[in-house]
This record gives sequence, C-alpha cells and structure tokens, in this order.
Amino acid sequence: MPAATANQTIGPYWHLIEHAEWADLTRFGANGEVITVTGCVRDGDGAPVADAAIEIWQADPPVDAAFPGFGRARCDAEGRFRFRTLKPGPVAGRGNAWQAPHLALALHARGVLKPLFSRLYFAGDPRNESDPLLSAITDPARRETLLAHEIGAGHWHLDIRLQGAGETVFLTV
Amino acid sequence: MSDPAPFHPLTPGTQPEYDTPSYGSTAKRHPQAALIAVPTTLTEANGPRFSPLHFPALADLSVTAGRPALGERIIVEGRVSDEDGRPVANTMVEIWQANAAGRYDHPGDQHDAPLDPNFHGEGRVFTDAEGRYRFVTIKPGAYPWRNHPNAWRPNHIHFSLFGSGFAQRLITQMYFPGDPLLELDPIYHAIADRAARERLISRFDVALTQPEWALGYRFDIVLRGRGATPMENT
Repeated sequence: MPAATANQTIGPYWHLIEHAEWADLTRFGANGEVITVTGCVRDGDGAPVADAAIEIWQADPPVDAAFPGFGRARCDAEGRFRFRTLKPGPVAGRGNAWQAPHLALALHARGVLKPLFSRLYFAGDPRNESDPLLSAITDPARRETLLAHEIGAGHWHLDIRLQGAGETVFLTV
Repeated sequence: MSDPAPFHPLTPGTQPEYDTPSYGSTAKRHPQAALIAVPTTLTEANGPRFSPLHFPALADLSVTAGRPALGERIIVEGRVSDEDGRPVANTMVEIWQANAAGRYDHPGDQHDAPLDPNFHGEGRVFTDAEGRYRFVTIKPGAYPWRNHPNAWRPNHIHFSLFGSGFAQRLITQMYFPGDPLLELDPIYHAIADRAARERLISRFDVALTQPEWALGYRFDIVLRGRGATPMENT
C-alpha cells in the first residue's frame, strides 16, 4: 500500500463548505453543561488570520445522535472564532493514565499546507496537573498556550498564535 | 481497558512542510517551535461520525435547480482506503471547487472571470461499504493568484476527509493529468516526494467515461493506517 495521501492547503475559499450551524455542537439537542468557546488566531506578525477554519473534536461526552462531538467555525475579519459545545470530562489516556478534560483542535488556512493540530485545556482544572501532555511541556509559558481561561460564566477563551512570541504548542498526532 | 492501536508515523517527504518559502503565505503562518508528538489516545483514535440524515449528500454539482452549469461535465470516482489496504466505508467526503471559468462562488474571489448562476461548487458524498465514492461536476478552470509574477493555480478540486480517527484528517487537492501548470505550482511542489505528489493527479479513465455525456476521472485516496487489530489486555 502507498503512504497516506498528501495534504494540500484548504485555501482561502473553503467557506463553500462552511455551514455556520456546525459551530454549535448542541444544535441537535444535546444535554449537559453548555459552554461557549472563543478565541482569536494571529500570525507571526500578530495580524489576524481572517480566513482560517477551526475545528474542534472531543471524545467526551461520547458522540450520539444528539451530540456530534465535532464542530467547525470560521475566523472573522479580526481572526475571531466561536463555538457552543458541552464541557468535556476526562478521557482515558494510554496505560493507566487519564487525560484532563480537553478539546482537540485542528486549524486549516491558506498558507497552512497540512492541518495544524493542538489542544484546548481548561485553566484551573486540578486534573491538568497530571495530564500526560501538559506534564510533558516543561516551559510554563508554552504550557499556558494550551489553557483556555473562563472570561465569563461558561465562556472559555483561548488565543492561538501560529508563529513567534507566544506561539501555540502544535502537535504531531 | 486496551490502548488504541497507534497510527503509523507519516512517511518522510510524502507530506508538505509547513515552512515552504516558495509558497509565500506560509511565511508568517508556519510554527517555528518543534511540534510535540502525542501518542494515539482515544482523542486521536476516534473521530466524528457524520450521518447522511444530518449531513445530506450532494453528489451532482453540475446541475442547480434543474439547470445545467456551463463547462465540461465530468465524473469523479475513487476508492478511499487506509495504509493497510482496508476500505474506509461510510466516510464523508467534502469537495469544493472553482467553476469552469476559474472563479469561485465566494466573495473573496475577485478574479475577472464570470460567475455561473448554475454552479455553486460545493459537494458532499459518502463512501460505500467498499470505500468507493462518486460525484458528477464540471471541470474547474485555472485561475491566477498573487504568489509570484504570472502565477496560476492548476485545475483542481479540493477534498476534505475524516476517516475514523481525528489523526486521519486529510485536506487535499485533486489535480488533472497533463496540466502544464503543475510543474510551476509551489503548492503541488511543497510535497518533496515525487511519487506522493503524482498521486494527487487523477487518472483519465475511458471505462468510467459515459458516451455522449461526461468524461471520467479516477482519484483514489489513502488515509493513515494503524496496523493490526488492537491487542486486548485481559
């Protein structure tokens, strides 16, 4: 078998497959702790990345007919994105480890030739201290780039920096 | 509980690098710090399941409200499998593209080429039990971009696939055989491995071509594999 097919950039016109309602993971009637997740994406110059697609995927709560576990949102002219979803619980890790509650992130954009993967964790959750990925990041400033902060009741915010000062920790999955 | 089987590491050279100087838009958009490898956990091993009930198929892009789009009608068919040769069944394939004149039905596209009221350019299909998909569209036109002087993108159709695990996420572009713009295109050439590049070029297939109606192109897609069935820890 050949190797996996190569990625190519999503380009600036991916909005042809955008459906704004996909940013609301509760739209099929999911029950649970509803949260809003927002953020802002900036490039190496600090300029907003206005044409990015942000995707979230969560293994918890488990996917069912009422909860797709997956969402996609556009960045607006200021680089801002917004989701509505259910707050995840912890997820089993490898071996006997547990992972702190988190969302998986994938970012696609013009100038990004293959998906950029990252994660969003929830600042202040005591389970972050024993999370295998967070524990492996020894530089507190780098670790901080994965921590969303609650800026209002049930409203979590995480800025994403593609390059340079405060660059987000990106992952090879 | 058993650990999910890990995905095979990507084969060096077969994927583009984030930092590709010939493609100008990567300059400020590529990470400079080393990426951190995460092992395959439930987060990466599982992925979204799209039901055609919530995400209805749209397999014929060549007709809008009963009116045919302008351009060369084509059939695109292929098989989605993983690196272990297993078909990827019932998986959603999203596609989008420019019209026959090389213009996207998108407010950001200001190329001086006509829009076609009968062509929007979005499609969505699901693979069958053998991993096969098929859609009907029109051949997209080439269009200029501003990456370098006199830069033109080769004809292409964008593809988005999910597979069964989030680590299999694939966003790619399908090209057409014999396109002279391919050799000049920095996005295509961002893939160092020639064989991996050339697998993005669809193959004209006269057997898929329908007489008096549409040309057929075949485009097979491979998603990452993860080896043997996971071992159960008892």
